[in-house]
Amino acid sequence: MNLAATTAFFGTDIPTLVAGVILLFSILLMLVRAIAGPTVWDRILALNAIGTKSVLVVALLGFMTKRPEFLDIALVYAILNFLATIAILKYARKRRLG
Amino acid sequence: MSPTIMLDVVLLALVIIAGIAAIEVRNLFASVMLASIYSLLMACFWTTMDAVDVAYTEAAVGAGISTILLMGALVLTGETEIVRRAVHWPALGACMLVGALLVYGTLDMPKFGDANAPAHVHPIYAGFTKQDIRKDPSGKSHDDNVAAEKAAAHTEAEAHAETAHGHDDYFHGHVPNQVTSVIVAYRAFDTLFETAVIFTAGMGLIVLLRGRRGNPLKGGLL
Repeated sequence: MNLAATTAFFGTDIPTLVAGVILLFSILLMLVRAIAGPTVWDRILALNAIGTKSVLVVALLGFMTKRPEFLDIALVYAILNFLATIAILKYARKRRLG
Repeated sequence: MSPTIMLDVVLLALVIIAGIAAIEVRNLFASVMLASIYSLLMACFWTTMDAVDVAYTEAAVGAGISTILLMGALVLTGETEIVRRAVHWPALGACMLVGALLVYGTLDMPKFGDANAPAHVHPIYAGFTKQDIRKDPSGKSHDDNVAAEKAAAHTEAEAHAETAHGHDDYFHGHVPNQVTSVIVAYRAFDTLFETAVIFTAGMGLIVLLRGRRGNPLKGGLL
């Protein structure tokens, strides 16, 4: 199968496809760590990493569907992810919020 | 095969894993983490479905505020679930049955993005554009009007043309899609029922959270 036929079959170009597969696989690895993780820090790190990966998934989706405006949504996700991580870390350190 | 379909399938599989793990895990802190992961993946899925506003809400409420609220609940309670629950088979069966019925119900729905879905082509405004009930001088009942409209039924193509481009003072036939019509041209109805939903939720919260001092059946609502 040559390059053009592969592109037509998958509906997107090869680098985007490879990036998508790697992203989803890394999300799966993080999910395993979040479920199995023995310590609290493993789980916090897994959550934060999945947040970062979802930012990348939204950005990748924008380029896959030829709508780079999705980058704005990805930025909003990054901000929200930061907020939740701060609250979780505060709870993990002090056992209280606020 | 469309790449977004593949993305959808993998994302939903991950969502299912996260959801089941969030229920099954005994450490409540881990459960909160997994619920947050569930929301993040769901937000990605909504984005692939082109529902960007829903995705925003899911990310802000599901992954942001809900996580913080659940953390606040963890402050007040313990961190591990002590009682191991047994599976309640009749309840599981009832859930499966309802789920199967809902999936069966979706078989009748039009395909995703179908331009010929009933919501787009149903000629509901055709009669209104012909003769507005409020302006009707003959004093006939509403049913008579409907019958007359049905008698004067034109071909579906004509009706659709009128639906799409009705021109009168009341926004009837403003847009062909009925849902969009309610959201855009009949904004007041949308807001009215949204307000009703939020009011009901607020009343429920007040009733739940007003405390349990004394006889709950005595005294006022608050």
